Amino acid sequence: MENKTLYTIIVHSENIAGILNQITAVFTRRQINIESLNVSASSIKGVHKYTITCWTTPDIIEKVVRQIEKKLDVIQAHYFTDKEIFLREVAMYKLATPRLEANTEVSKVIRRYGAHIVEVNQVFSIVEMTGMSADITSLYEELRALDCVLQFVRSGRIAVSTSCFERVNEYLAHREERYNKEKHS
Amino acid sequence: MSKQQITGAEALMRSLEHEGVKTLFGYPGGAIMPVYDVLYDHRDRLNHILVRHEQGAAHAAQGFARVSGEVGVCLVTSGPGATNTITGVADAMIDSTPIVVIAGQVGTGLLGTDAFQEVDLVGVTQPISKWSYQIRRAEDVAWAVARAFYIARSGRPGPVVLDFAKNAQIGLTDYAPVELDYIRSYDPDPETDPKAVGEAVALINEAKKPLVLVGQGVELGNAQEELKAFVEKADIPCGCTLLGLSALPSDHRLNKGMLGMHGNLGPNVKTNECDVLIAVGMRFDDRVTGKLETYAKQAKVIHLDVDPSEIGKNVPVDVPVLGNCKRTLSLLTELIQKHDHTEWINSFQTYEEKEYNQVIRPEVFPTEGPINMGEVVNAVSEATRHEAVLVTDVGQNQMMACRYFKFSKNRSVVTSGGMGTMGFCLPAAIGATFGAPERTVCAFMGDGGLQMTMQELGTVMEQKAPVKMILMNNNYLGNVRQWQAMFFRHRYSFTPMMNPDYEKIASAYGIGYRRVMQREELQEGIAEMLKWDGAFLLEVCVVEEGNVLPMTPPGSSVNYMMLELDC
Repeated sequence: MENKTLYTIIVHSENIAGILNQITAVFTRRQINIESLNVSASSIKGVHKYTITCWTTPDIIEKVVRQIEKKLDVIQAHYFTDKEIFLREVAMYKLATPRLEANTEVSKVIRRYGAHIVEVNQVFSIVEMTGMSADITSLYEELRALDCVLQFVRSGRIAVSTSCFERVNEYLAHREERYNKEKHS
Repeated sequence: MSKQQITGAEALMRSLEHEGVKTLFGYPGGAIMPVYDVLYDHRDRLNHILVRHEQGAAHAAQGFARVSGEVGVCLVTSGPGATNTITGVADAMIDSTPIVVIAGQVGTGLLGTDAFQEVDLVGVTQPISKWSYQIRRAEDVAWAVARAFYIARSGRPGPVVLDFAKNAQIGLTDYAPVELDYIRSYDPDPETDPKAVGEAVALINEAKKPLVLVGQGVELGNAQEELKAFVEKADIPCGCTLLGLSALPSDHRLNKGMLGMHGNLGPNVKTNECDVLIAVGMRFDDRVTGKLETYAKQAKVIHLDVDPSEIGKNVPVDVPVLGNCKRTLSLLTELIQKHDHTEWINSFQTYEEKEYNQVIRPEVFPTEGPINMGEVVNAVSEATRHEAVLVTDVGQNQMMACRYFKFSKNRSVVTSGGMGTMGFCLPAAIGATFGAPERTVCAFMGDGGLQMTMQELGTVMEQKAPVKMILMNNNYLGNVRQWQAMFFRHRYSFTPMMNPDYEKIASAYGIGYRRVMQREELQEGIAEMLKWDGAFLLEVCVVEEGNVLPMTPPGSSVNYMMLELDC
């Protein structure tokens, strides 16, 4: 089997209904599992940002990204390896308060991971952690071993590229400039 | 005083007229009735062709678009009306044909409720269209239509679907025509990298054995003259893809014939001998490349294409030259040196002779036995002085037609290349008669394909569409039968087919008819068909178990072509 890498794809699109469907269809066609997916408004008004991770080969990722970019309302799509981005994931752990109080080991573990307790009541407490996927998983494993986890949820990856500018800004400015030049020539 | 408001349906009519539409193919139904109602008042400006099935409307729009270069339009109702166009939409997508499908949709209040004749058309067509959009308000009509036509015809053309909710058809709106030539997320003509142009020029200048692959992109970009200038200056032999066949005249000295599984021996063998391969507006379909692992490995590959996602999709590319090939070909022609590749060009001759002796002569000029398919195609091509529009169905009729029909005019091949849609021919040929009314339209079909969309004979009758139908009847689903013979030990599983009496069918529709069974009658039959005023069905009873040769068997290398069958 070919060696697969975890890639992060960052897509910017117009904020129009149905685009997520079109983007995921590119993965479905090639039977690629999406590991995580995060969609939200970007820093540019009317532009949505998608952060998608998947395991695949260098050859396939190139084709997938081009096919995503081909979708009419997609402005840009790029892919990155973990070295080329700054990435984080957020997780929330809902713990049983009585257990948390009964076993001091729980608080120690939470502190060790740099996680925070953001809500406490008599029934449950909520711990929040921002970090790398692997750390989030291992905190979960440790808390589970202490038998105190009621619920667990994680956000999926968000990432920014390590280059200086948000490329989509440059791209849109360049597109407009080119259009105006062609129109007036 | 405020301007008088109009309905969304009326806005659609005015928007279509603003886009220059004069012909549309359609079929009415419940959810599109408000549009049909206003269409009644626009009959003098919009020629609506009533088809007999919505699939026919989509293929007719394709045929219209392929020969005219304009956007083909079809108008259908929601639900089954819309889904019946799906094959045509998918076909137009893979063959880059500009069509706009306007389908009715239930009112927005009913969306998502499984209402009568409701289907999620945008959801269904998103993966198979260039753009699909639901019009939910009358005031969006002008914008959506302008965007649809701009997207369909610009860049790499393709199908656009407009899903037109009934309340938006009825609702009132102000109307002003919309001009649209810019969408920030869509680049129809990507910038050409001057460095890539420089590299391409250097490769072409140094090449000893260059080969050009001509695709439909040349026709779509109206770059036929630019292609000719380029290949003539560089003196490069060309192979054409199925859809690119009429981009360069068949009798041009540099046109070495068709590429692919049933193409000509020369360009296929030479693909694996050339040192520089220049692909222009083509997408390295598996029917062209054969086994990818051995495809043109010895060559540097230059790929000219307007669609960045095609670069390296199937074949690794050394130098991608992005942009409309009309522009990029001119750029290259200007920068390259004049060359003389006589020796290389002459080296095709051995293969041409071999193919002629072993395949072409026995197929086209037999002296005994039943009539061959290639013989029929050649005779029709000759009789039309190679000036006709060729429309084909899919299968043996298609391969034979594309092998043996000759072209002297651009935009002369209408065939379902990527999808391989049986039943495409008849409706597409009807569309072609409207797209190129001054030309003769020759439609080659098999008995299988004709029966898939035979209902469109009703459209032929009603519109007096002068389609010259050549039915090559072999009582088989011939292409599948050939594969069964070659790869499935002659087990003819459901490929023999019982046929109706086509004379009676033609007669029922008032269409001219003649059956040809003997070689001696063939010329006369063709002459009668061409002389006939209007549509004509020429049924030629051809050899039952005829085979298309040569053939690169699936999975084989492009330079391996069987010249005869050993089965």
